[in-house]
Formats: sequence, C-alpha cells, structure tokens
Amino acid sequence: MAETATKTQLLDVRNLRIEAVAESGARVTLVDDVSFTLNPGEVLGLIGESGAGKSTIGLSTLVYARSGCQITGGQIVFRGHVLRELGIEARQSLRGAKVAYIAQSAAAAFNPAHTLYDQVCEVALQHGVMNASQARVEAVRLFRELDLPNPETFGNRYPHQVSGGQLQRAMAAMAMIAKPDLLVFDEPTTALDVTTQVEVLASFKKLIRDHGTAALYITHDLAVVAQVADRIMVLRHGKMVEEGAATQILQQPRMDYTRMLVAERVAAQASTFVAPHGSSAQPILATRDVVASYRSGPRVIDNVSIELMRGDTLAVVGESGSGKSTLARVIVGLLPRQEGDVLFNGESLPPRLESRSKEQHRRIQMIYQMPDVALNPRQTLLDIIGRPIAFYFNKSRREVRARVEELMRQIDLPLDYISRRPGELSGGQKQRVCIARALAAEPDVIICDEVTSALDPLVADEILRLLRRIQDQTGVGYLFITHDLGTVRRIANKVAVMYKGQMVAYGATQQVFNPPYHPYTELLLSSVPEIRSDWLDEVLRKRRKVVR
Amino acid sequence: MLKLLVQRLALGMATLLAVSVLIFWVTELLPGDLASNILGQSATPENIAAIRAELGLDRPAVERYTEWLGDAVQGDLGKSLANKRPVIDVIGPRLVNTLFLAIYAAVIAVPLSVLLGILAAIYRNSVFDKGVNIVSLAAISMPEFFIGYFLILFMSVQLKWFPAIATIKPEQGFFQHLYVTFLPMLTLILVVIAHMMRMTRTSVLSVMSSPYVEMAVLKGIPKGRIVVHHALPNALAPIINVIAINLAYLIVGVVVVEAVFTFNGLGRLMVDAVAKRDIPVVQACGLIFAIVFIGLNLIADVLSILSNPRLRHPR
Amino acid sequence: MNVLGYRLTLTALIGWLIILVCVGSAVLAPWIAPHDPNAPLGQRWEAPSAEHWFGLDQIGRDMFSRMLYGGRISITLAFLATCLAFAVGVVAGFAAALLGRWVDVALSRIADVILSMPILMSALIVISAVGSSAAVLILTIGLLYAVIVFRVARAVAMNIVVLEYVEAARLRGEGLFWVILREILPNALPPLAAEFGLRFSFAFLFVASLSFLGLGVQPPDADWGSMVKESALAIPAGLAAPLYPAAAIALLTIGVNMVVDWLLSLHSRPHGDNA
Repeated sequence: MAETATKTQLLDVRNLRIEAVAESGARVTLVDDVSFTLNPGEVLGLIGESGAGKSTIGLSTLVYARSGCQITGGQIVFRGHVLRELGIEARQSLRGAKVAYIAQSAAAAFNPAHTLYDQVCEVALQHGVMNASQARVEAVRLFRELDLPNPETFGNRYPHQVSGGQLQRAMAAMAMIAKPDLLVFDEPTTALDVTTQVEVLASFKKLIRDHGTAALYITHDLAVVAQVADRIMVLRHGKMVEEGAATQILQQPRMDYTRMLVAERVAAQASTFVAPHGSSAQPILATRDVVASYRSGPRVIDNVSIELMRGDTLAVVGESGSGKSTLARVIVGLLPRQEGDVLFNGESLPPRLESRSKEQHRRIQMIYQMPDVALNPRQTLLDIIGRPIAFYFNKSRREVRARVEELMRQIDLPLDYISRRPGELSGGQKQRVCIARALAAEPDVIICDEVTSALDPLVADEILRLLRRIQDQTGVGYLFITHDLGTVRRIANKVAVMYKGQMVAYGATQQVFNPPYHPYTELLLSSVPEIRSDWLDEVLRKRRKVVR
Repeated sequence: MLKLLVQRLALGMATLLAVSVLIFWVTELLPGDLASNILGQSATPENIAAIRAELGLDRPAVERYTEWLGDAVQGDLGKSLANKRPVIDVIGPRLVNTLFLAIYAAVIAVPLSVLLGILAAIYRNSVFDKGVNIVSLAAISMPEFFIGYFLILFMSVQLKWFPAIATIKPEQGFFQHLYVTFLPMLTLILVVIAHMMRMTRTSVLSVMSSPYVEMAVLKGIPKGRIVVHHALPNALAPIINVIAINLAYLIVGVVVVEAVFTFNGLGRLMVDAVAKRDIPVVQACGLIFAIVFIGLNLIADVLSILSNPRLRHPR
Repeated sequence: MNVLGYRLTLTALIGWLIILVCVGSAVLAPWIAPHDPNAPLGQRWEAPSAEHWFGLDQIGRDMFSRMLYGGRISITLAFLATCLAFAVGVVAGFAAALLGRWVDVALSRIADVILSMPILMSALIVISAVGSSAAVLILTIGLLYAVIVFRVARAVAMNIVVLEYVEAARLRGEGLFWVILREILPNALPPLAAEFGLRFSFAFLFVASLSFLGLGVQPPDADWGSMVKESALAIPAGLAAPLYPAAAIALLTIGVNMVVDWLLSLHSRPHGDNA
C-alpha cells in the first residue's frame, strides 16, 4: 500500500519529531508528531506563530537540522528515498538539486565575497546539471523571469550592490537553477516592506506556477499564504493543529486556534474607524515644521507638522526609511530638532533631552518595539515598574509596592510575578510590563514605537485591546509609530503617512484611508495582503491597467 | 577606497609622530634629572653641569625634540652614553639578529598555526580540537623563560642536541645559524602558535556559523569547498590581523627569549640600556620597535581593506 | 556540581583550587614557611630533601620558603596593578561610552597612541627614566593596563548603552550616576569579571618577566621572576631549580585562565530568554 502511495507522492513526512538538545543534556521538543504529504506541483503552506516549528520542519526536508537540533523520530520519504537513511554524499546531491531552500534574509544568506552569478551558477555546476555557459544562460533567463533589472548584467553584481527585494528574487533564481522538484520558502517576504512584498510575492507565484514546482511555503501571515498555497497546515508549539485545502482553512476553519487566527486577520481589514475627538481644544502634543537629520547628513524628516489631541491616537505610518521613528526621537529630545518647534500643551519643549525638566520628562512616556531589550534583565518587575513611581512622585516603599500591584492588575499580570525578572516572562508579558512602566509615570502622552511588530498576531491583538482599554480609563494620548496599516485601522483616529522623510497625507483615519487617496497612500493600502485567495491577482491586474 | 588607504597611511604617520613625542617626553622629562641619574653616586655639581652641557639639556625641550627627531629621520640616532659609539652602529647588527630570529620563527609558525586553527574550527568539539585547545591554553599561560629553560634543560643539557647559548657569528654559515638559534626559535613559536591558532579558530568559527555558510550547506556544497570558497574569503581579514599582531610580538616580545638564550638581539640591548640608563639607546630602540609595530598594524589594516568586497566593489 | 546556582565545571574547580592554594600560601607565608627565606642554610644547590623540599638556591637559601615569600610579592604587585587598571580604566571607559562626543574621541585617541607601542616597551622606557621599585611597577603596569581595560569597558558599556532600557532611563530623566550604577554596571559585571581575571594573569606574567630581566623586583627581595633569574646558572649544571618558581608562575596563570574561561562561558549563556 505504501508502495502505491509513494509513487504519486513527491514527499511523505510521517510522525516527524525534532528535538533541541542543550549542552547540559536537557531536551526540548521542537516538532512533535507532524505528518503531511505533498504531490508534484502542489504548494503546501505551513503557518503558525514563532516557536511553532515551521522552519525546523522546512529544513528537515533537506535532512538538515540547525546546530543543537536533532531529528529524533519519524520518516521523511522523498520520491521513494528514505531521506534519514542517506549518507552524507547522497544528502549533498539532494540539497540544492532536488530540494532547494529560500531563506528569510537574502542579505545574510548571500556570501558577500562572491558575485551573484558565482553563487547562482554554483548550484548547477556543483550538481553537474549543466556546464558553465549553460548555467549563465539559465541564470539570465531566470533573472528575466523574476523581473530583475538588466538581467544580462545583473549577475555581475555583488550582494551588497542590489536592493533587498532584488536579492530575495536572486535567491529564488539560485534555488530554481538546478530545476529542483521541491522548493522550501522560509518566510521569504517577511523582512521586506509591504510595497516590495507584493512584487516579490507576485514573482514567486509566477515562478512556481510556470515551472510546476512543488513548494512548502512557510509564513506567519495568513493573507500571504492564501495567495500561493493549495493546502494549508496550521502549527502551534511544534504540533499540527489542522490541515486542509486552503479555501477550507481560510473560510471554514475547524479548530478554535485557526478560527482565532482568521478572525484576527479579518478584523485587521474590516474594523470600523474610530472618530477623532473635537479639534477645537488645544492639542496636547504638536510639531510645527520640524526638520532633523543625523550629523550633517540629509534631512531625515523634513517639515513635519502633526497635532495630537488629549485622549486621541495619532498613527504615523510609513515604510522603513520614511523617518517615522526619527520623528519620535525628535519629540522626546533624543535627536535635537534643527528647525521647527515641538509643543507640549501649547508650550515649546527644549530641543535637547538634557534641558527638559523632570515634569516634562514625566508627561511623555515611550514604549518600544523589542520588549526584550527595553527591560533591564537584572531588575525585578517591582524595580522596573516601581522606579518611575519612586522617581517622579517620591513615594515610600510601601506606597510604591501598592501602586505597582495596582498597575499589574491593570495590565492583567498575576501579582506573584512582582519579584520575577524579564527573562522569566513571555514576549507579550514583557510588553505589558513596558506599558505598566509607562503608565506608572501617569503621562499625558505615550509614544508607541512599533510596539506590536515583534509580537505574534494574537498576542499583538491583545496588546492593542489593552492599550485601547487604558486609553478609555485614563484619557492618555497615543502617538503610534507603525508600518502596519492593519494596526492603524484598529487603533488610530488620526493618521500621518510618511514617505522619505516627508508627510504626504494627514487627517482623520476615515478620511485618509478612503478615496480620494494620495497616490502613495493608495499604493500602501493596496499592498497590504488580504485573506482572499484572489487578492494578489486582482492587485496585479489593477496595477497593470494603471501602467497602461 | 584609495581615500581610505591614504587616510590609514596618514593616521599611521601621525601615530608614529605622537609616539616619538611620548618616548622623548618620558625619557627626558620625567622626574629624576638625567644627568644626575647617569652619574649616580659620583655626581658633583661641576660634572653634572658638564654633562648637562654635553647633552644639551640646558636648551628648551621642544628645540631638543625637533633636533632629535630631525637627526633620527636622517639616520643619526646620537651616541651611546655607555661606550660613546654612534647608536646606529650599536643597533644595526643587533637589529639584523632579531629580525633573523623573528623571520625564522614566523616562517614556521604562521602557516602551521593558521592550518591548526582552521582544522580545529572545522572539527570543532572533536578530540583533536579539545586537545589542541588544552595544549595551547597551557602554552599561553607559561612564561617564555619557563619554556626556554625547560627546553635547555631537556634538549641541551640532557640530550645535548642543541647549544644552550645562541650566539651567532658572521663566519657561521646560514644553516649553522638555523641550528644555533633552533631552541630560541622553538620557544618563540610555541607561544606564538598557541595565540595565533586560538585566534584563527575563533574567527573561522564565527564565519562558519553565518547564514551564508548554512545556505551553502543547503545548496549541497561539500564541506571542503565550503571552507575554502565560502568561509575563508570572509575570514581573511581577521586572520590577517591575527598574523600581524603575532609578527609584531615576534619582533618585540623576544626580549625575554633573548635573555634566556643570551642571544645578541635588539631586545637584550634595550634591556641592558635600560639597566644602564643609556637614554639615547633606549630612545632609538623604542623608536625602532614603534616603527615595526605601527608598520605591521598598518599593513594588516591595508590588507583587510583590500580583502573586503564591500570596499573593493562599492555600490 | 552547583555553586551559588552556577554550574561548576571540572576545569573551573581545578582553577579555583589552584588560585586558593597559591593565594593562601602567599598570605600565610610567614606562618607556614619552614625557614628564613634570606638566611643561607647550607651548600649551594643542595638537592631537595625532607628538610628542604625544593633544595637550596645559589647561596644556600631554602627554595621552598623563598617561593612562599616570592609568591606574596608577585601576587600582591599584580593584584594592586590590576585594581589600579580597573579603577582608572572602567571609569574612563564608561565615561567615553556614555558621554560620547569629544570625551570619547579624545580618550580613544590617547588609548590608540599609547597602545601603538608594545606594552613591554613602554614599561621599559618608563623604568629607564625613573628606575624600578614596587610603586613604579604598580603604577606603570596599572596605568598601561588601564588603557586596555578602558577599551574593554568602553566596548562593554557601548553594547549596553544602545539598549532601550538605558534609553528609557535617560528619557525618564535619570541622572548619569544612577544610569551607570543601576542600569549599566549590573549588566557589565560578568564580562568585566572575566576581564579582571585575564588582566591579573597578564599583570602577573608581566611582573615576573620584568623581574626576570632584572628590571622588576630588586634584591634582596625576590619574586618568582627574579628567583628564576638568580638561579638560572643552575640550568647548565643540569639542575631544575629555576624551573620551580617558573612552574609556579605557569601554574597560577593556568589556574586563573581556567576560571576566566568558565566565567566567559557563564556570560555567553543566554539568561533563559526562551532560548
């Protein structure tokens, strides 16, 4: 029976078990009893949050485990070969030639010392698929197919000489050149800006479709996987949650966890806008024609004016390099402004952090993207949350502790965590502690710099809800720096769109995110993947029309 | 990139200038009048004044510094206080000897330690790696005179294979020189190889754990080619630095080894000069060592810049 | 094996034992030394015996007693020099990392120039000008090593200063002193502790080498380095006498290095962040 099954199947993974073995001998199970099959030409999406074991499974199809990890159980059968029984040479002739890998960060995965041609053709030459001149012709053909600029000369460049999106596509060429039967995409667009992601995603989709290559597509983003996958497998904590046809998973998920994932994604697209408060009042925080740059370099932000009302949320959106985080640094005084003014409650703030008063410090607080590095690993939660209380309000130890406990209740952390250190908390819990620390100062404004970007979708959703609840309770204003338009929709009543240091659109979210659009806002909005499986094709059709 | 190279060259020259000021300042201006230091017990006001005049100590320091430096650039390093001979004549043969010993050791130590370091990195955590690691840790921890005397006791006094005193004379042939200086050379390379090997291992390991090496594995490239083609070009800059540091050590750090084997090198000359307070010789030796040290670092810098693809192929 | 919650490896245990024995015998030298270290007691180069464990030296003094006292001098000099190096180097390094701008540029340039000369040469030049004494040795080695400690402390602090918890403290309006003491120092301690051990072992070898060259500890005092120099003539006679103090130097250095390796491995271990 197994015989007949393997004939049609390209890949058959049975009861896969992968463990991490620490030097002390302690074992942690990364992947537990995962089974799936893949037919020729089929695309299976692997989806799950960080720590779900997606990449580990992807790499196991190349019989590879990262250092410290070990495949300890199960079978991987590829075209009738039992992969775990292969010797080292057989493994080498499988990797790259039959199964090829596309990594998340092309910038790191390309060797800086060699040209792109060298590295792309190396695969074909190593496996004896073609000779040097054939490999070059094939490389150029792939570069052209992947819409890379000047395909004839593109390969002469070094990795650091091309952009991130181009490098990611060059890696797809490197994977395809030996005509493998299976491609493993490991979060290949996650590191890219949203407008670049669309183009790269389109190239990948075309490549898989035209060559009829089977693929494992690993991602945490349901909307991305919806565009490419025939079937989807949902993973959590190394275990399979459910597996099925893409349409079934996206439209009728059976398991609660999958339902939550889908619901979160749908909510991000379809939430109703929050209306701003009246604009007659004095803004609590405002910038007027602010200009700033690092050292004597070019202007990183140029003539930016925004206004934040008490109890409102103003989102500043833009892609990497748009200057949105720099704006936050200028407001708090880490980077002194060169021109313009920053007003707090109508009063001008000194440009430099050091010249501001304790009270001015207290009233603007900040929350960061990476809670890991925003909390001192050597301090307990009592130290961390208690310090602003002791520092700003001169409270006794007993009063500080009482207030810390009150804050911990507010952010839904168990009180017995009070003597724990950050290392003992999960990512979401750490971010809650950061919020509590900011609240401890009883500020008027909290600047949130990409506070949900490093978190898994469901955790991020909880943090957003918490922030909104706190706003309702305390009337604090948020300046919300983010690249994620879904976040903007859910939390902001006003939005400023930044592009290359300039503010290209500004106003109530409802108005900026509805026609008539600013062209860049429209590009940005249309680039956000949607969970419909026909979204990508539709966007490309529309854009082609515009070009013509 | 040319701009960068010129910058480094200028920086090297500026550093050398600063060091020469430091050497001059420390030897001539620190507490303790040089003249009375030289005379010691026999100092009387009259002969102190005479010496001061002879050395020109009564003139301003800046003037004396520029004159000293000007002379030094033209190859005139003054006269030794101990035997009144021109410093350059005293130093010349000693420098040749030291360079001979250093090059002798380098020719053996550099290829051997780089090879050992790479092998230890490739076979990480193997018996070979652990063995090499323990031996090299021990070698680093031992003072040179321990290794030196141990070798003398063992290979010279007991086995009578090599002479204990490494005196090289012009009338000896080249191979005779190699034979006579074998034990000091062995002492030097034991210390240097340990250092160089450990540093090479670390830099190769850091490259071997990079994502592009993992990518090469996933492309099905054999291990040998990964090391030679993917890891080495990127580990080159750190390895060059390691070599430069150790070459500098070979030339500069031989002082103790020269003393153990009563080898007539520049280091022992300097130690003797320090003991005798022969300031012109100390200054000259210091200057020469500084030139060698700064020069080797400069060469390493330039080579690392040349081996960096980001700088060789700018955007 | 666990000590204070840290996993102690076999090598670390051996290292600690070596340090304990060396430091212990140095501290207790006056009480445990069987003989007067400076009194001739018999023939020169008398072979080791039950009475004189390591034999007698070139003028008939008890080698074992002299080594106990010599260790006292070597270890004290190296320890004081290392303490001086850290007192100066850590303050300057933290100042450069935190204040940045011209403070950092100026201090780093000075360090570059001083370290562009080999340290041994710099020490020789200073000794040629002012002569050698315990105070000169401690000051010279301490200040020269302070430059290296400065670089290490600066790099360690730089890595911490850019972390957002330090930025958060600055944004709160905390003073410089508080930031250093509460945010940076606790996180800089593990790497600095390893560096202290490493620096001590180098300072210790350095003192020994200078004494061996006759430019360190001056007679009638003797540390392990000068004992090697004084008894060097025994070697051609086929006697191992100079190797005893030399081996003692090697032993303590190896012990310290074993502990340093262990400290470094503790430091590089992730502190349990979902690793």
